[in-house]
Amino acid sequence: MFYREAGDFSTTYSEDSQTFPIKFDRVRYYVVLAVAFLVVPFIVNDYWLNAVLLPFLIYAIAAIGLNILTGYCGQVSLGTGGFMAVGAYACYKFMTGMDIYLMGADGEWVRYALPPINIFFSVILAGFVTAFVGLLFGLPSLRIKGFYLAVATLAAQFFLVWLFNKWSWTYNYSASGQINAPTRGVLGYEVTGPTAEPWAAYLFCLIFVVVLAWIARNLTRGSMGRRWMAIRDMDIAAEIIGVNPLGAKLSAFGVSSFFVGVSGALFFAVYLGAVEVGEAFGIQKSFLVLFMIIIGGLGSIFGSFAGAAFMVLLPVLLKNILVGTLGWPTDLAAHIEFIIVGALIVIFLIAEPHGLAQLWRIAKEKLRLWPFPY
Amino acid sequence: MKDTIESYVTPDGRTIGGVLMEMKNITLRFGGVTAIKDISFDIREGEIRAIIGPNGAGKSSMLNVISGFYHPQEGEVWFRGDRRPPMKPYQVAQQGIARTFQNIALFEGMTVLDNVMTGRLTHMRAGMLAQALWKGRAEAEETENREKVEKIIDFLEIQSIRKTPVGRLPYGLKKRVELARALAAEPMLLLLDEPMAGMNVEEKEDMSRFVLDVNDEFGTTIALIEHDMGVVMDLSDRVVVMDYGKKIGDGTPDDVRNNQAVIDAYLGVSHD
Ligand SMILES: Nc1ncnc2c1ncn2[C@@H]1O[C@H](COP(=O)(O)OP(=O)(O)OP(=O)(O)O)[C@@H](O)[C@H]1O
Ligand SMILES: [Mg+2]
Repeated sequence: MFYREAGDFSTTYSEDSQTFPIKFDRVRYYVVLAVAFLVVPFIVNDYWLNAVLLPFLIYAIAAIGLNILTGYCGQVSLGTGGFMAVGAYACYKFMTGMDIYLMGADGEWVRYALPPINIFFSVILAGFVTAFVGLLFGLPSLRIKGFYLAVATLAAQFFLVWLFNKWSWTYNYSASGQINAPTRGVLGYEVTGPTAEPWAAYLFCLIFVVVLAWIARNLTRGSMGRRWMAIRDMDIAAEIIGVNPLGAKLSAFGVSSFFVGVSGALFFAVYLGAVEVGEAFGIQKSFLVLFMIIIGGLGSIFGSFAGAAFMVLLPVLLKNILVGTLGWPTDLAAHIEFIIVGALIVIFLIAEPHGLAQLWRIAKEKLRLWPFPY
Repeated sequence: MKDTIESYVTPDGRTIGGVLMEMKNITLRFGGVTAIKDISFDIREGEIRAIIGPNGAGKSSMLNVISGFYHPQEGEVWFRGDRRPPMKPYQVAQQGIARTFQNIALFEGMTVLDNVMTGRLTHMRAGMLAQALWKGRAEAEETENREKVEKIIDFLEIQSIRKTPVGRLPYGLKKRVELARALAAEPMLLLLDEPMAGMNVEEKEDMSRFVLDVNDEFGTTIALIEHDMGVVMDLSDRVVVMDYGKKIGDGTPDDVRNNQAVIDAYLGVSHD
């Protein structure tokens, strides 16, 4: 009833290309933002934070990142877990004070210890480090495509996990091989470590999510996004209209990896607090994020959120209903989760490659015309 | 005659300028197959130049040489008075050469508007940061280019399908959208590979009119491949005829129509 496009004309081209051309959408978006910033922080508790909100926000960033690469630019990646690990370990090094070795004038290696960097900037720097690593692993994409590229990124996944197991400098030579996030704060409020306040950790992640989603939206609606989509839809035609394939693919790898790196940094520093690389950032993480964008919708920022929400909420729901209410054993609930996710992946891949986001659009289209469909 | 003078005016009042593009002794081989054998011809500024010939004559291969998909084993490509070094297709596009394909090559996942907007990518230069923040150049550029694109959409009369995903369009409209995308680049030279193939008479008439209007209003030089002889005779200023990779005729439509080798090729006289 209230969802109306009529009388809501764009009179300029810039109005037409804005993110929410329909006023109702715009209003709803501001309401969601207001609730997220002004209401949730006051009611959030530890359970909601750790079971739902933090993973949702952090995975949403990773899903947007992978969606840029796979959904917008058409380059399949199975290396998301590995790139999240790069973000996590880079963030760890920055926040604990990185020691670097540079060759001095006399040819001797000299050790320099950087001071610990504020957690906020550590996360951003971790994103840049991951972007750089992503660029390197994106180089083969000029030569290899589709299935073979997926295998190459899978190799990257295993290589990176192996690297963070073996290279003791990355985990500050700790005996356990783990990395632990020390207590760090922003403007005096702790956001990492065991004593961090839930609302502060939540807001910290929320700010990253909102800003990064806005950036992703901007990049995908302009010329950069069209370059990516051109490569995705038909690389030969993309070249003929003047798109340099290497530039387009590498920029997608770089931007995507930045997002994934930030996500990995937050996953480690704010959410888990302690990380063993194979466990936290193994191949199953790559698949989890891939499932999110398939179910949520390839080539859609909103779909990235929908997919992250779905994959985070599903196990929580099943656990509460099947285990909590019906009293089924936990492992049975876990199996049912696998079955549901597996079936959904197949269904979405075959029937609706644009995922939940497309279902939502169709529902809106119906709603727009309701109650007079003709 | 016309090849030796600098510029001339056609009977319908258009001015044809000097040589824009010149192919010199092009030979292109694929393994044992010689798709183009020692062909030379030129394209003058402002003219409509047709390339005709039976199936497999090497016409598409010639366009692919011009647009940088194929690199000939022998011969030189000259563009705007300079010899062109071997180039990638996207570099050719950046030089101001746009094209359409024999088999439509649109971006199926995007709307008509987005497809045509991609045609302007060579004119869009906003940096990554400006785009990420949607400030400065990025925003201004989007609006500027959108205006240009809307003009082309009006020109080709596809306003009503602006927001339709290309995958849903019928064949004839797809061809038109592909032309719109090429035109959006404001090319100096437009290459059309069988723009009217598979169309009905009415669609062909529309397309012919658009080709003429583009040439007339924007002064775009056009090289087109076409099988329909009626269309070719109506549209083109000069015609290159190819057969089995060789050039067998070159001149005005009338010259070509009366050329014995051309008549033989089309009537299928045996090659010996
Ligand atoms: N990429 C390629 N690899 C091998 N052979 C090719 C390739 N492209 C074209 N050829 C060969 O070159 C010859 C000329 O082909 P081309 O497509 O240029 O013909 P055409 O004149 O455009 O024909 P049509 O009217 O059927 O489109 C054909 O024998 C074709 O098989
Ligand atoms: Mg052809």
